[in-house]
Amino acid sequence: MILVSWKICLVAYALSAGLLFWHIKGKGSPARVWYRVIVIVGFAAQTSVILWGVWSALRLPITNLSGALHFLSWCTVGAYLLAAWRYGVASVGVVALPLAAVMWALGGPPRLPASVSPLVDSHWLTVHGLLSFAGEASLAIAFGAGLLYLLQERRIRSRCSVESLGRLPSLEILDEVNYRCLSVGFLLLTAGIITGAIWASEVWGSYWSWQAKETWGLITWLVYAGLLHQRLNAGWRGKRAATMAVLGFLLVLFTFAGAGLMGSGPHRFDKFQG
Amino acid sequence: MPLILIGANHKTAPLELRESLSFGPEEQAEALQSLLEPPGLDEALILSTCNRTEVLAHGADPHVCVQRVRSLMVGRSPQLERELEEHIYVLMDSQAVRHLFSVASSMDSMVVGEPQILGQVKEAYRLAVQNGTAGPMLNRLLHHAFRVSKRVRTETDIGRGAVSVAYAAVEMARSIFRSLMDKTVLLVGAGEMVELAAKHLKERGVQRILVSNRTLSRAEALAAQLGGQAVPLESLSSQLYRADMVLSCTGSQMPIIGLEHVKSALRTRKNRPMFFIDIAVPRDVDPRVGNLNNVFLYDLDDLQKVVENHKGARQEELKKATAILEEETKRFSSWLNTLEAEPTIRALARWADQVRQGELERSIQKLKGLSEKERETLEAMSKAIVSKLLHRPISRIREQSGKEGSAGYLEVARELFGLNGETK
Repeated sequence: MILVSWKICLVAYALSAGLLFWHIKGKGSPARVWYRVIVIVGFAAQTSVILWGVWSALRLPITNLSGALHFLSWCTVGAYLLAAWRYGVASVGVVALPLAAVMWALGGPPRLPASVSPLVDSHWLTVHGLLSFAGEASLAIAFGAGLLYLLQERRIRSRCSVESLGRLPSLEILDEVNYRCLSVGFLLLTAGIITGAIWASEVWGSYWSWQAKETWGLITWLVYAGLLHQRLNAGWRGKRAATMAVLGFLLVLFTFAGAGLMGSGPHRFDKFQG
Repeated sequence: MPLILIGANHKTAPLELRESLSFGPEEQAEALQSLLEPPGLDEALILSTCNRTEVLAHGADPHVCVQRVRSLMVGRSPQLERELEEHIYVLMDSQAVRHLFSVASSMDSMVVGEPQILGQVKEAYRLAVQNGTAGPMLNRLLHHAFRVSKRVRTETDIGRGAVSVAYAAVEMARSIFRSLMDKTVLLVGAGEMVELAAKHLKERGVQRILVSNRTLSRAEALAAQLGGQAVPLESLSSQLYRADMVLSCTGSQMPIIGLEHVKSALRTRKNRPMFFIDIAVPRDVDPRVGNLNNVFLYDLDDLQKVVENHKGARQEELKKATAILEEETKRFSSWLNTLEAEPTIRALARWADQVRQGELERSIQKLKGLSEKERETLEAMSKAIVSKLLHRPISRIREQSGKEGSAGYLEVARELFGLNGETK
């Protein structure tokens, strides 16, 4: 049953991403209603898999790579739905949905994580995990809005027809979504790092131990801090801000996956399992 | 029953001439009276907008009509008397009908499909009715025109955004800005292109409009009309930062918005995007401005490019609309032609009656001593013969005259019955 949900979700996201791509390319306009129904069905199936994980492990199912990928995928779509509903930028799904689908697929069919060492099994896992993952999901939407901004700007500069320009949101709204998601993502990420440090100090007695993930997380945090600072004070907008948001998110992905697989410490997914 | 239309529009006459030909509402009432006062014209209507002045007249003699209207126009601009000839068009009957239909359905507008023109035609008709210069002909014609306009609007997509600078500019702006409501538009120059585009922008929800022009009074006039604010040209560079969208069309030989102006404006507005539309030839905005980040510069060619695809679809719509115009013109013309046959028919009937009465008199004189009853019978018989004989030709004339190319038919009928020289 859970396997079926996993498959439904994968198919639904792939399908809706394809529909959106088709629409943005200008090859026809699929009915909006169908697009919405497919995304909602996918998200419902995905939510059921996540809830099943939480229910059976009685904690956030993020202690192995598969669970973490699944949960980040779910957060990304959640953030996407919020942004699409709040700002009317459904097209951002052309980035967010394939991203979510790939993470969902890489995570593999859902299975229960093995037991974890009692050392890390605490409420801090929930708090630190939720904040960090939500922050990363928000930055993923900033990434999507940034990519679309760059695409739309190129279309405008190359004098594309108004008809094809109309298939993407306006630059102003994409820039705003980029900015909002960046701010929210940055705040959540900051809170995630702080709660992580408190948790570490409770378990090991030291706030910071320069693990690979911590180090790269800090670098990522600094990059985003710099970008936000430039945005607020130097009037960085539009193309430059969009490019930075895209690059910043590549760093997030690297920190999440790369640094999670190398190095040592509790962020190494296989080390969770005791 | 000739119907004539004489006018000048944006396609045939330069702005100055159109300006001198335009009528305010009071002038219009006066002009209508002066047209109909001397005998010869039965009905008249004046349509005067910023893009056209057209006079529609109906009277027995086309030459009188044309002469009367022409002298009214020459009176408006005596210095242009010689030039006038090359800038006005004189249309007769079905051509006049087709033209009026195309004007009313916004096919003849500078911005094809713009909606105001119908209101302007209605207003012109209202004035004609008010001044008692609209009779059965114009009543029927104008109501038909309103119906045609409605048909074109509902059966085609002509009204769905016009192929024009203003349309393209607004569509472009929508891919840059989230909404036009909270944006400021700066107009540089106050010519007709700018004015027209500004009206379109206002219709699409733009609230704040600044107008800058070499002659400040003109800028003030346009600003007042648009509910905007005038900016002297000298302070253009210091005010530039306020504008999200700049629409420029001046006659200046040198660019009036330079790279440095825009750079400093961007600094003041913290890089909030700016959209420049430069429709002037030669250009008003330094082309290098378009390379700046967060600045988008479009000139006339670019705007044409972005609506090109759209044009294909519109060609289809235009074809559909033209077909409607043709169909409706034919319908009205056939009614018009039936009217044309009326004098001939009346002349025919009159002639036949004269013949009948002459013959009747002669017979009665010959048959002296007829009783009252017998005379009456004789008279009734003569009437019956005439009306039976005439019934067929008259209904044939009526029938044929509704059709295309019936003028020859009427001519033959006149010739056949020797009516020429009698109808006039």
